[in-house]
Amino acid sequence: MIRIEEMLLNVGPQHPSTHGVFRLVIKIDGEIIKEATPVIGYLHRGTEKLAENLQYTQIIPYTDRMDYLAAMTNNYVLCHAVETMMDLKIPDRAEYLRVLSMELGRVASHLVWWGTFLLDLGATSPFLYAFREREMIINLLNELSGARLTFNYMRVGGVKWDAPEGWIEKVRDFVPYMREQLKGYHQLVTGNEIFMNRVKGIGAYTKEDALNYSLSGANLRCTGVKWDLRKDEPYSIYDRFDFDVPVRESGDAWARYHCRIEEIEESLKIIEQCVEQFPSDGPIMAKVPKIVKVPKGEGFVRIESPRGEIGCYIASEGKKEPYRLKFRRPSFYNLQILPKLLQGENMANLVTILGAIDIVLGEVDG
Amino acid sequence: MIQDLLISEPSLLNATIFLLLAVLFLFVVLGFVTYAILSERKVMGLMQMRIGPNQLGGRWGLLQTVADVLKLLLKEDTIPKLADRPLFIIAPILAFAPSFMVLAVLPLTDKLQFADIGVGLLYYVAISGITTVGIVTAGWSSNNKYALIGGMRAAAQMISYEIPLVMSLVGVVLLTGSLNLNEIVAAQENLWFIVLQPVAFLIFIIASVAELNRVPFDLPEAESELVAGYFVEYSGFRWAMFMLSEYVYMFAMASLTTVLFLGGWNSLPFLGFIPAAVWFALKFSAVVFLLIWIRITLPRLRSDQLMEFGWKVLLPIALANIMVTAILKELFPNIF
Repeated sequence: MIRIEEMLLNVGPQHPSTHGVFRLVIKIDGEIIKEATPVIGYLHRGTEKLAENLQYTQIIPYTDRMDYLAAMTNNYVLCHAVETMMDLKIPDRAEYLRVLSMELGRVASHLVWWGTFLLDLGATSPFLYAFREREMIINLLNELSGARLTFNYMRVGGVKWDAPEGWIEKVRDFVPYMREQLKGYHQLVTGNEIFMNRVKGIGAYTKEDALNYSLSGANLRCTGVKWDLRKDEPYSIYDRFDFDVPVRESGDAWARYHCRIEEIEESLKIIEQCVEQFPSDGPIMAKVPKIVKVPKGEGFVRIESPRGEIGCYIASEGKKEPYRLKFRRPSFYNLQILPKLLQGENMANLVTILGAIDIVLGEVDG
Repeated sequence: MIQDLLISEPSLLNATIFLLLAVLFLFVVLGFVTYAILSERKVMGLMQMRIGPNQLGGRWGLLQTVADVLKLLLKEDTIPKLADRPLFIIAPILAFAPSFMVLAVLPLTDKLQFADIGVGLLYYVAISGITTVGIVTAGWSSNNKYALIGGMRAAAQMISYEIPLVMSLVGVVLLTGSLNLNEIVAAQENLWFIVLQPVAFLIFIIASVAELNRVPFDLPEAESELVAGYFVEYSGFRWAMFMLSEYVYMFAMASLTTVLFLGGWNSLPFLGFIPAAVWFALKFSAVVFLLIWIRITLPRLRSDQLMEFGWKVLLPIALANIMVTAILKELFPNIF
């Protein structure tokens, strides 16, 4: 008698390809996945609840720890929400420093994604090349804020530190260097036959699916929806720059790969223009009362993080702490489509699909 | 010298000398494994802009692997509670013993070969296939789901790659008219087979990387998918045995490539004054470097793509190569 049995396999929370402590319970028949159930929450720290007992400035370090690959964007979304509700006018120099640091963070974040995605596919070298370039960005941001990863750089009304002497020149030199390296990335990876076979047509979904699952960022743009908050709902000073929004039609991992790689190039364009327009002098902080109190009411802002739309909702009762603070964390929303994508896929495609979504567990678990 | 021993009358003295030489050879191979791992890490470091081992044994880390092996030897020997105990113990030996058995037929120089048997090539291919049995056994007996998938992948991979590998060798055998490795080298005195059999060489290199379970064909142990694949439950010296067999196979496969396609110990024209052993070592190192290089550059294939590539691409090309070789040999008997 032959007995056929489905195998229940725990992928994670300790697994090389789950990018943190993410667990996936899958039912497999041979190597074909019949059902996949994500289990999250291993990194939950209750940021939103903690924030209810903290002053607004004190919440900023907590946001660093959500999406730790692009902490500047998280800093900004909180400050932006508070500033919008307080109706503050931010000095130009502060805005330029913010945009510069956010775009550098976006490049760094996409580089980590690029490296780890290829590591998932079995290529070890790209990871190290990507980290070499990321190291330079981290050093730049370190000079600016004094931290390598959890910057705690932005404040309500501006930024904490002014750019040190010679910093702008270093950023200017970084742009052509990074462009040169990107060419090398394309030579090593993009045209590789094995790589193309591994990602083309894998984990594809339609425009409707993407919208129904409220995906955002490159996960949405890979299906042909041209939606980037920096363009469509310009915040900060993004309306002063000339850049494109990379879009692909096919909706598979290959499309997401291209969207992200091209986003690096677009970010470099923004950085370049930012350096050119950088005001030589001026304050870096607006006039803000010593204790920040948000007027009574509710407010929601959203901006474009490297992973998608990050939103911040504040319900205030006019005190120095928020009554309720909520973050719309893009990784969490992007992850929801995973069970659907994994159905009927091969074991090897699991890491490709999960890697292409680009999640950060700190953000998923909040 | 060994050749003389092989044809001499059996006596206690001869047997002792033979045994001593075999032990010596064993240490040569172990030395190779030690420094192959080191050089792999060093070359990898160089290509990935890292330093690589640089602490133990001077600034080149010359004793790094020795220390690693010592550490592995001293580790606690763990066997999972629910594992199939006898099979779990026998699996590393099954994987490891054939890797040393195949070394016997490899002619390193015209004088240094331990067994000059008529079907040397066939012997190599047949014996090396046994290793997969060890790998499947390891995957099955570990009572671990990742190990099981790894073991099954190894079996599938062996079937799809052993066949193109053997078929690519038929071209060489056709040109030589013999399965004896010595005669194959002798036939390349004027022209290496890599010139006459470029297609077979390519197929052979691809299939041999798959045989060695190295990137881009490291599916049985695919780290990012299966954690470590078939040896996920192994630790300490049992794990070291799997690693050892992998690198001994690298030695064997690089030697075989040298013998079959790069003219073995034959020198380049006008450079005959350099000893045969040096020639062999040079060509051999080039092949080993190629294997390391491939590992650093490429991503991994998916299992179904790998099977498709083996059956639908490599095998037909290998078969066509046999036919073309046979026709050419018939038409131009002087060259081929």
